Amino acid sequence: MAADRVNIVIDGKRCSGLRGQTVLEVARDHGIDIPTLCHHEALTPAGSCRVCVVEVTLGKRTRTMASCVTPIEQGMKVVTDSEKIRSVRRMVVALLLARCRDLDVIKQAAKRVGLKKNPFPEEDGDCFLCGMCVRACSEIVGVGAIGFANRGPDSEVVSPFSVESSVCIGCGTCATICPARTFTLEKVFKRRSMHTTGGKRDIFRCTVCENHYTGA
Amino acid sequence: MATTTRLASLADLEALRKRLVQAHDPKAVSISICAGTGCRAHGSMDLFDEFRRQLEERGLEHVELRATGCHGFCERGPLVVIFPKKIFYHGVEVRHVAEIIEKTVRQGEAIESLLYKDPVTGEVCLLEDEVPFYARQQRIVFRNNGKIDPTSIEDYIAVGGYGALAKALGGMKPAGIIGEIKKSGLRGRGGAGFPTGVKWELCRKQPSEEKYIICNGDEGDPGAFMDRSIMEGDPHAVLEGMTIGAFAIGARKGFIYVRAEYPLAVSNLTCALEQSREVGLLGENILGSGFDFDVDIVRGAGAFVCGEETALMASVEGREGRPRPRPPFPVECGLWGKPTNINNVETWANVPPIIEKGSDWYASLGTAKSKGTKVFSLVGKVKNTGLIEVQMGTTLREIVYDIGGGVLKDKELKAVQTGGPSGGCIPAHLIDVPVDFEELAKAGSIMGSGGLIVMDEDTCMVDVARYFVEFLEEESCGKCTPCREGVKRMREILTRICGGEGRPGDIDLLEELAIAVKEASLCGLGSTAPNPVLTTLNYFRDEYEAHIFDKRCPAKVCKALIVYRVVPEKCTGCQRCVRACPVNAISGPRSQPHNLDQSKCIKCGACYEVCRFDAIAGDAIYVE
Repeated sequence: MAADRVNIVIDGKRCSGLRGQTVLEVARDHGIDIPTLCHHEALTPAGSCRVCVVEVTLGKRTRTMASCVTPIEQGMKVVTDSEKIRSVRRMVVALLLARCRDLDVIKQAAKRVGLKKNPFPEEDGDCFLCGMCVRACSEIVGVGAIGFANRGPDSEVVSPFSVESSVCIGCGTCATICPARTFTLEKVFKRRSMHTTGGKRDIFRCTVCENHYTGA
Repeated sequence: MATTTRLASLADLEALRKRLVQAHDPKAVSISICAGTGCRAHGSMDLFDEFRRQLEERGLEHVELRATGCHGFCERGPLVVIFPKKIFYHGVEVRHVAEIIEKTVRQGEAIESLLYKDPVTGEVCLLEDEVPFYARQQRIVFRNNGKIDPTSIEDYIAVGGYGALAKALGGMKPAGIIGEIKKSGLRGRGGAGFPTGVKWELCRKQPSEEKYIICNGDEGDPGAFMDRSIMEGDPHAVLEGMTIGAFAIGARKGFIYVRAEYPLAVSNLTCALEQSREVGLLGENILGSGFDFDVDIVRGAGAFVCGEETALMASVEGREGRPRPRPPFPVECGLWGKPTNINNVETWANVPPIIEKGSDWYASLGTAKSKGTKVFSLVGKVKNTGLIEVQMGTTLREIVYDIGGGVLKDKELKAVQTGGPSGGCIPAHLIDVPVDFEELAKAGSIMGSGGLIVMDEDTCMVDVARYFVEFLEEESCGKCTPCREGVKRMREILTRICGGEGRPGDIDLLEELAIAVKEASLCGLGSTAPNPVLTTLNYFRDEYEAHIFDKRCPAKVCKALIVYRVVPEKCTGCQRCVRACPVNAISGPRSQPHNLDQSKCIKCGACYEVCRFDAIAGDAIYVE
């Protein structure tokens, strides 16, 4: 299977991966970490947060690419930590922090990329639109109960037409995967209920098998 | 015209063409009325009805009357051209119809008052080709606009239409067709300028059985109407180009993605599709060649980002119009995961003439790396607003001054904005730059799909940047951080600068942010969104500085930074401004200098606009 191995260089280190793997995967396999905010190993990469940008040189061309969606190619040279990349990354995190100043996940990212002072006015948004919940609902749960509405800065994750979803099974995957903790599970007396943007669903525990099920 | 039966072979098509050509007397008088969207807005359809009524009344039913696609000279509409001489009338109204029929149609005489008079030389132009606006153009894509009725397939066939398709199906192999397109040097007219033949070849090489082609008619740049006019005025040319492309690539299904805001384009394309299917130029076994191909129209809901190819495909599939990362490119993995070739409307319309006349002919036009012609919508502060088609390599000066007639009110040119919101502003001192893909990129702008906005000395470049960034903020899909959040922050900074609240450091912050957005964005919308900011910062940094440090808008546009004031020694007390002011801020008796109450003034500029002494004695009401 030698033909399926691809050799690339990341930060001067020779790395090899399988054809079809992304730069991010190969880098992490070789102990080189690249920060990410919308990446989850169980989900198709979306390439939307752009925190994982790296400089990729292939042939004569050097470009800034999102490492999570860039497949490796023979002879590729990757730089994950140049001054330019650090500056772009800082700016991207600053923009996210300006949207959601209170989110721990963004504050940690800001610390990590060395953002000291945010040049933009900060707002108190609770969702930075990584889209993991949307992907999980459609790819893992297989129902697609939530999606994006509106455009640009007004984008938000909602159920279709913002009414209670008829297909949501109340599984809570969106809440589990949400890095911002925008989706939450909470206890109501002995029952638990789940708040999604589509509404509220009660969750019961089976007295026999102890498993959780959603109510009608 | 006689109903056309199904064309079962190449010979059938030629026989039909022969019949149509013979039935038409080239010396007969015919009337062509522009029925493009611009002239329709000026009432050209009323004109059409009136011509028909009066021709019938006078027993002149045999005179051919045509409602054609856009003639281009939108500024002077409605336009009427009398063939065979091509006598050109502009600004025609219903009241002129009787005279035109009596004098021009019956006696072949021209009506001088309706002819175009060159505002510079004063010379009267009798024929369309003599009008400077047209004389300096070269029309390949617009070869039929103004000549044929877009809703008549017979008209298209009579002028040689579908001849290129017949040639392709009759004797050329797919590889040969791709070779011709490659040799011609045709590059994508949607903006990026990727070599069309190379794209076709990549798509052809894909092993998939099923392939698609798409015509991208999602024209969304403010002020751009090139593709619209092609789809409205010559829909069969687009279909013919697509059919040739599909044959070369090996696709059996095509889609035209057109904005629902273009109702005339949708209706003319729908009509063309129906006619083509009826006569067998679309569908199964086209012209007896064994090749099957059909096209569907998909109407876009007006999202600018859907002009981006991956977002467009998502929209065609019925999903939200958001781009996805490339690779894989559409030629490998496009619509429903199948190889898909996407070209812009103008690119498709260029295909038939290349196949018909050969790649050498096409490659002889234009510059070293940009071949053929380019259609531009020439708008803004220019005398001859309209649609133009020029050879690649024509300078901006020729476009603005020779074709466009110069800057409105003979003011000084400040910049030309090319490439729409993703483009940039080229300053007046670079006016001699030849327009092609490379040269525009060198000047910091892009070719884009062909918008050309002329800006005069009264344009504030910071305000222009703010306008485009605001447009892009609204049109950003919201998927990736730099575009969604970064463009919003750029707009905030620019709004603050225009509002007189710019801070030291804003320019540096704008630059740093612009570079991050350009580098890190997911699709072309985001990665080109900072261009209006970067080019204006590059060429007009002094204007930014004047706003921030001197709290002054040199072009007197930004309302927060200007004060309107009556200059008593110049004011004649004519009261025009008093009447124009919507908030009654100006008062004063006739013949005496007026007073302007600053507490009431909303800075709308109406007084400044109407003051007649602006030109004669300088500004009576001037801006400080």
